Amino acid sequence: MWILLKIELFKIFKRPRTYIAFGAIAAVVLLFQMGMKFDGKTYLDLILNNVNDSFEVSDDFKSKLLNGYFICFAILNVLLIQMPLMVALIAGDAIAGEANMGTLRLSLTKPVSRTEYMLVKFIASMIYTILLLIWLAILALFGSMLIFGTNSLVIFRSEVIEQMNSYDVLWRYLAAFSFATVALTTVAALSFLLSVFAENAIGPIIATMSIVIVLTILSEFNIPIYDQTVKPYLFTTHMVAWKGFFYVQADADNKTIDGTIQNLPAILRSLGILVIYIAGFVGTAIWVFRKKDILT
Amino acid sequence: MSNIIDVRDLTKDFKELKAVDNLSFTVKTGEVYGFLGQNGAGKSTTIRMLLTLIKPTSGSIEIMGLDLLHHRKEILRQVGAIIERPDLYKYLTAMENLQIFAAMSGVKVSQKKLMDQLEMVGLAERAHSKVKTYSQGMKQRLGIATALVHDPKLIILDEPTNGLDPQGIADIRNLILHLSKEMNKTLLISSHLLSEIELVADSMIIIDKGKKIVEGKVNKLFDPADTVVELKTLNDTETFQQLQQSALQQFVQEKRNDCILLKLHRDEVPAVLRKLVQMNMEVVSFHSKHSLEDYFLSLTTPAHVDSIKN
Repeated sequence: MWILLKIELFKIFKRPRTYIAFGAIAAVVLLFQMGMKFDGKTYLDLILNNVNDSFEVSDDFKSKLLNGYFICFAILNVLLIQMPLMVALIAGDAIAGEANMGTLRLSLTKPVSRTEYMLVKFIASMIYTILLLIWLAILALFGSMLIFGTNSLVIFRSEVIEQMNSYDVLWRYLAAFSFATVALTTVAALSFLLSVFAENAIGPIIATMSIVIVLTILSEFNIPIYDQTVKPYLFTTHMVAWKGFFYVQADADNKTIDGTIQNLPAILRSLGILVIYIAGFVGTAIWVFRKKDILT
Repeated sequence: MSNIIDVRDLTKDFKELKAVDNLSFTVKTGEVYGFLGQNGAGKSTTIRMLLTLIKPTSGSIEIMGLDLLHHRKEILRQVGAIIERPDLYKYLTAMENLQIFAAMSGVKVSQKKLMDQLEMVGLAERAHSKVKTYSQGMKQRLGIATALVHDPKLIILDEPTNGLDPQGIADIRNLILHLSKEMNKTLLISSHLLSEIELVADSMIIIDKGKKIVEGKVNKLFDPADTVVELKTLNDTETFQQLQQSALQQFVQEKRNDCILLKLHRDEVPAVLRKLVQMNMEVVSFHSKHSLEDYFLSLTTPAHVDSIKN
């Protein structure tokens, strides 16, 4: 299995298209950082417009606000919505791409079981997802820390301002990136499943994105009947639970308590649901593939 | 010689289509076995079943004495194959492709051995070129090298000369003969280019509409002395009637739209030709043929197939 995985990773990283996602992430992050470097104050003013009425925000506070942690949070808010497309590019290609190239039939005439073959393909897609997130962490988190320095992280929710001390932030990012790995692996698993039914990678990639977009819109619907009946079962509802690591408990004086998370059980429940989705998608993909006649 | 492939009552249904219909055949160890049929006859479906790419609807396959369903990995370790086109990773080099498929076959092959394989198929100089820069013939030869990379006992080549120019076809033919005679491999080769099979195969099967038409040793199935003559005259209808009332009646097979078919022994050809001249037949052409291809066509043209079935 290890040899097969090495082969799979070798094939993935020999293809130029693999690096598109790495390039796209680098471009978005660098452009965002550049914009914030030169015009970050205006960006902050726009965000603070909503809270200026209730809070007095000094210029000194603003300059402290604009630090590496804050920039990373802003980037994650934008990029983690777009990243499923990048993950689908590889996972959707896993089986359909081989079928399209004609290499699937040659590979399956080798003494490798179909279950093994599928597991290796999925693990390789997962490793790609992890590397993509590590790359994002290097650029968005450590890059921003280098460029903008570190300070307390302040994030704005609709009616709440969350403030975390500088020394209480890094572990939250580590947890958030780990959670994002599981969230994006869910998308990879969906794309992987769709890949089994196709003979061209474009189909699964577009289908994955369509499903993610439709379900994300459903997850955002503010219609009470959907809150109980639909939203809790959509994986897209749970993909954004990484933000929970930045919602902190407060004491009686409304001061944040270091090292706390407001609703850890909710995050763990989301994590569990995503893992169930991954197992369901991958299990179904293997089951279908084992029965499939290879006609390409 | 023992059987290396033993197929019994193999059937594959795709919904309403019966692609392979109760097919049985055996391949002996060490021989080159030709698998013949028109396009759509069921050759590729059968080969895919031999390689576990397609699940049979019914029937059994034994390879090297082992049941394919229960000993898949064990068997595939000893089998090398190309199915239809030799599709490889175009963005990788020939050497990288070989390394990948050697590793997938579960064998560790040294760089030198891999280079020897490429040398054998005439690609050593292009070992480090990306496959996307290869011609069709080179890809085909590289495909064969990947099929041989783990030194299999049985080699299955599905339409190995498809899309090749005459030189490419000759190269593949020589390679097949080399593998058989010098390396003692057993080869199963499917093709619709029957003249190619005729040149390399020891035994063969002809299938049509998924069914076996005939199977046996090539030299026994086809006697070169059995000659078919295509006779064309200025008036075929009149000639056909005259021939049926003459001493040549015994040789007349049938009248087709554009010719009259005569079947006779090769030694009888000069005498028949003389007789036609004596009868003042207005002969336009007299074309004698004796190849496996004619035999094959005579068996798989619809009218003849129907007569065989009846």
